[in-house]
Amino acid sequence: MMATTLAQKIIARAAGRETVKPGEVVTAAVDLAMIHDSGGPRRVEPILKDLGAGLFDRDKVVLISDHYVPGDTDEGARILALTRQWAKDRGVAFHDGQGICHVVLPEKGHLKPGMFVVGGDSHSPTGGAFGAYMFGVGATEMAGVLATGEIWIRVPGTILLEWTGRLGAGVTAKDMMLATCARLGMDGGQYQAVEYAGEAVRALSMQERMTLSNMAAELGAQAGLIAPDETTAQWLAGVGGDAGDWRGLVTDRDAPLLAQHVFDASALQPQAAAPHSPANAAPVGDAGRVAVDVAYIGACTGAKHEDLRAAAAILKGRTAAPGVELLVAPASKTDQDRAEAEGIMAVLEAAGARVLPNACGICAGYGAHRLGEDVTCISSTARNFKGRMGAASSKVWLASPYTVAASAVAGHLADPRDMLAETGA
Amino acid sequence: MTGRVFLFGDDIDTDQLAPGQYMSGGIEALAAHCLEGARADFPVSVKPGDVVVAGRNFGMGSSREQAAEALKHLGVAGVVAVSFAGIFYRNAINLGLPVMTAPDLAGIEDGEAATLDVDAGVLRLPDRARAVPLDPLPDNLKTLLADGGLVPHLKKRFAAEKEDNRS
Ligand code: SF4
Repeated sequence: MMATTLAQKIIARAAGRETVKPGEVVTAAVDLAMIHDSGGPRRVEPILKDLGAGLFDRDKVVLISDHYVPGDTDEGARILALTRQWAKDRGVAFHDGQGICHVVLPEKGHLKPGMFVVGGDSHSPTGGAFGAYMFGVGATEMAGVLATGEIWIRVPGTILLEWTGRLGAGVTAKDMMLATCARLGMDGGQYQAVEYAGEAVRALSMQERMTLSNMAAELGAQAGLIAPDETTAQWLAGVGGDAGDWRGLVTDRDAPLLAQHVFDASALQPQAAAPHSPANAAPVGDAGRVAVDVAYIGACTGAKHEDLRAAAAILKGRTAAPGVELLVAPASKTDQDRAEAEGIMAVLEAAGARVLPNACGICAGYGAHRLGEDVTCISSTARNFKGRMGAASSKVWLASPYTVAASAVAGHLADPRDMLAETGA
Repeated sequence: MTGRVFLFGDDIDTDQLAPGQYMSGGIEALAAHCLEGARADFPVSVKPGDVVVAGRNFGMGSSREQAAEALKHLGVAGVVAVSFAGIFYRNAINLGLPVMTAPDLAGIEDGEAATLDVDAGVLRLPDRARAVPLDPLPDNLKTLLADGGLVPHLKKRFAAEKEDNRS
């Protein structure tokens, strides 16, 4: 049999084919479609109406409110009301105010290895952490998917990113991705499938893997896959899900690749990406003394349970420097509840953190905490494009939750490893 | 329909195609500024049937559908490039704007007469009796384009299914 990649295997199955070749355009059946309050009902319903179409299968559609939660503006409240009504009218699974879509979707057991999934959001590659081929589409395409249950896809080639060795203490998946963006550039993914492999990736927890897959979007890849393994299966069992028959879901050893890049995890230092691109990443120690006004621990890539735990490892017994506003928006309610139970939230609050709703918040540039004029922010989010998190004059540095927390304490960009060493963590 | 060639380089991004500051103004306003950053004459002098010819990674950047919509609104017959950014490519096809790649676009001159023949997969340059071969589009994408994009295509398909059910 022909040696193929994980991406090819999933797409071939969804297209009802024995095999598919990179470059070929096929029509594939969608196993699941995820939409959120911003790009979802308010944008797709008018198109569905125009088409006179219903949903292809309401059991395969998941709606999550996150961008406009908690609805603290008139526009946000109106969009949330419309979203809730649509969920009722259309009878789809709806997770309202439970957290950010990319985190809530797997947490509620909707994802399974081998699935072919589309999401109405550019960070949809997050699903690749579970061995699902998941990618983002615009509103018109999503409406087409909801009406028909299928979508065309140009079979991608695979770019293998292999991480050898193990990460040091205080170095995370976020640092891996920022370093990758710096090395390959924002179009290094060429809208092909990226696949993460190697010892360092195998050693990562599911939530850390989700950060790798999520930021495949920053590389301009269509998907960011990780072959499922025991870690995946156990995690899914833990959320009442089912990994199914995942064992064959791998890239065959001699499958042709588009490119392969090797990185050394053990040499990786904590990174910080200067405004206004994730590709501006370099070791945080090289950034010089950059004072920060706001430290933001939030978003699908930076405020999951383990991200909160990382921040707490730094903030335990410490407080944010005077004049630094420390904001924490836990990525989901489930993650916040766990952090609460483990005393993590208490540590963050004692350090002076203000806890915001389980939503996209200022990562999407919404809500009352948007960055003001000339504010410098260090943020655990995925993107620092100009004006994304508030005023066009605001400056956002990207880093891991460890580094954001350490910078909040120092009042300027700081390498978290010094504080970790002091704490003896 | 014969038009003229508008030549562009590599990495034309969605902010040049659909500048952020005009995004709230509707497609009319947006199209009036399409690609003006790369060459100011484009939005004012482009005419229906004209062909955009570009280098690598055309349409890189955000997922905004308006980047393709603006070109379509201006009546551009299509874009021929060495390569396209993935999301732009999808959006263009879904909105009914032909996008075609070619291995070699050298020698095509700015302003020369050109006709984009999607079905035959060639860019005809009548003044020189030359036809530049383009990578052929797969049949399903050809059908999508011929129908005018995803929404009209689905309308047609649903109408046909209704007919079938009736007969
Ligand atoms: S948290 Fe930020 S990156 Fe994640 S889905 Fe929300 S807006 Fe997008």
